[in-house]
Amino acid sequence: MAFLTLTNIQKSFGPVKVVHDFDMTIDKGEFVSFLGPSGCGKTTILRMIAGFEVPTGGSIVIDNRDQGNLKPNQRNIGMVFQAYALFPNMNVHQNVAFGLKVAGKRKAEIDARVKEMLSLIKLEHLADRYPYQMSGGQQQRVALARALAPMPQVLLLDEPLSALDAKIRVSLREEIRLIQQKLGITTVFVTHDQEEALSISDRIVVMNAGRADQIGTPFEIYNKPTTRFVASFVGTLNIIEAKVVDPATSRIAIGGQQLALKEPIASMKASEVISLALRPEAVTIAEGAKGDTELTGEVIATNFLGSVIRTRIRVGENVVSFDMFNSPGIRPPAIGETITLHFAASDLLVIRD
Amino acid sequence: MSVWARIAGWAALVFGLLYFFVPLAGLFEFSLRARRGVYSFDAYVRVLADPQFQATFSYSVVMALVTIVIGVLIVVPTAFWVRLKMPWARPYVEFLTLMPLVIPAIVIVFGYIRLYNTSSWLPLTGSVFGTNLLLAFGYTILALPYMYRAVDTGLRTIDVATLTEAAQSLGAGWTTILSRVILPNVLPAVLSGAFLTFAIVIGEFTLAALLDRPAFGPYLQRIGANKPYEPFALSVIAFAITWGCLALIQLVSRLQKTTRRPA
Repeated sequence: MAFLTLTNIQKSFGPVKVVHDFDMTIDKGEFVSFLGPSGCGKTTILRMIAGFEVPTGGSIVIDNRDQGNLKPNQRNIGMVFQAYALFPNMNVHQNVAFGLKVAGKRKAEIDARVKEMLSLIKLEHLADRYPYQMSGGQQQRVALARALAPMPQVLLLDEPLSALDAKIRVSLREEIRLIQQKLGITTVFVTHDQEEALSISDRIVVMNAGRADQIGTPFEIYNKPTTRFVASFVGTLNIIEAKVVDPATSRIAIGGQQLALKEPIASMKASEVISLALRPEAVTIAEGAKGDTELTGEVIATNFLGSVIRTRIRVGENVVSFDMFNSPGIRPPAIGETITLHFAASDLLVIRD
Repeated sequence: MSVWARIAGWAALVFGLLYFFVPLAGLFEFSLRARRGVYSFDAYVRVLADPQFQATFSYSVVMALVTIVIGVLIVVPTAFWVRLKMPWARPYVEFLTLMPLVIPAIVIVFGYIRLYNTSSWLPLTGSVFGTNLLLAFGYTILALPYMYRAVDTGLRTIDVATLTEAAQSLGAGWTTILSRVILPNVLPAVLSGAFLTFAIVIGEFTLAALLDRPAFGPYLQRIGANKPYEPFALSVIAFAITWGCLALIQLVSRLQKTTRRPA
């Protein structure tokens, strides 16, 4: 059942419309990520839920209560900010207790709740520390505990991991997900990092220019992108231009090499140019590899990326990338070498927008 | 740096120090000559024992504290609101707060007397309390450039917008945000402004004299006109108070640095 409902949300700053007719329902206990590039409107939506921005149009309903007339401090929403935003004059205990004090809770109740929250983030031993005495990761965990302490209805996370280094980012995002699942709190997470969104979300909203391009599970978003933007923004993707040969049998030609698609393209015309998407990891060059489809081309570049080696080959006018797992015995293809790529025809997706 | 440039630098520094300290040393030395033939602190003892000194100094201290309270109540919320909601208005507000440096105190006090005299719609000069209040407001205006700048600089060191939003999301209203989040975080800056205000109020003459209030500034002038050594002892005391305030500013600035994360 929908717990948080956004209906026809719009937002303009002067003449610039940054959110266009946004609709979405989020279930209780669901973890939804808003993913998109800078300026796509994802943070604006989050700030409208929090009450920091007033929508130009539309309504926000949480647990059947319209939030339109409520100020930010009346909404019972917890928020974690990119810049931690811990109060510098308060120690960890005082920071976590702040919301409870404001709510007028008794001291015994506050102390018990703060202890519970600090135990949840495993920082009981740092209760007397001040923010400047802690690392970024520790500060952000305290910020999470502080946001959760007053038992908010909804938790909003505004790029909480962006300011942290890579290793801490991975461990903290797992911790956030575990805590969210343990408490069953409805959570909206804003990020521009696709890996973060894919790894911890129940559903992802891919935002583009103030609109939701696609809403779906991480699996759907990655494997079945419905728009060119989603396909190119989430993961690395080859966009291949192909010419329709026979719409009835789904035959197409890429750089003069003919192959059959799994997807029907009967509505298209012969000789029409279409765009296809192919993930680099769906391709292999191993002899006798699985896959019913082949493409041959000339190697133009190889990039060593640590655990994988990304190679680019030219097929007609197209450049196709593919990944090989790195191992000590592997021989990366040489530049100028002609190689054959193998992949399943079902991995070749038609981009229809 | 060449040897000559280094020598020139040291020479400039020594000249500056002499320029500043020689008159002060002369002042101090003269204030010790109250007893014929020997140095003594007689002038200081006489000044400190003077009931007039005690009364006027106490009055000015109280007025300084009242001025600081009024200044904090006006400046902190204003600077906070300008930073948070009206950043475009900052240059205008800054310009406004600089006006007391341009408009002489005598103009302000004559304006006050004209506006709030006994035959006006708000006859503040008609009572002692009203005149004291007027004097405190006048002092607040004189201290405004220093107080506003100190608070604004303090606000610049914290992320006002995010801290405010964090507090709001935790259920805090404006009063709680200002009193429990913003003010404690700019306290060293507020104290700097407060010490400057204190130094200004203690030595201020024009407003107190023209409003006929028993403040330390007019007392200083009266003593200077009638006694030989005491004015110099008083000047040294006034300098000591000012330097004490500056030392306290330095102290709270260091305190602020130690509570910040190293960059």
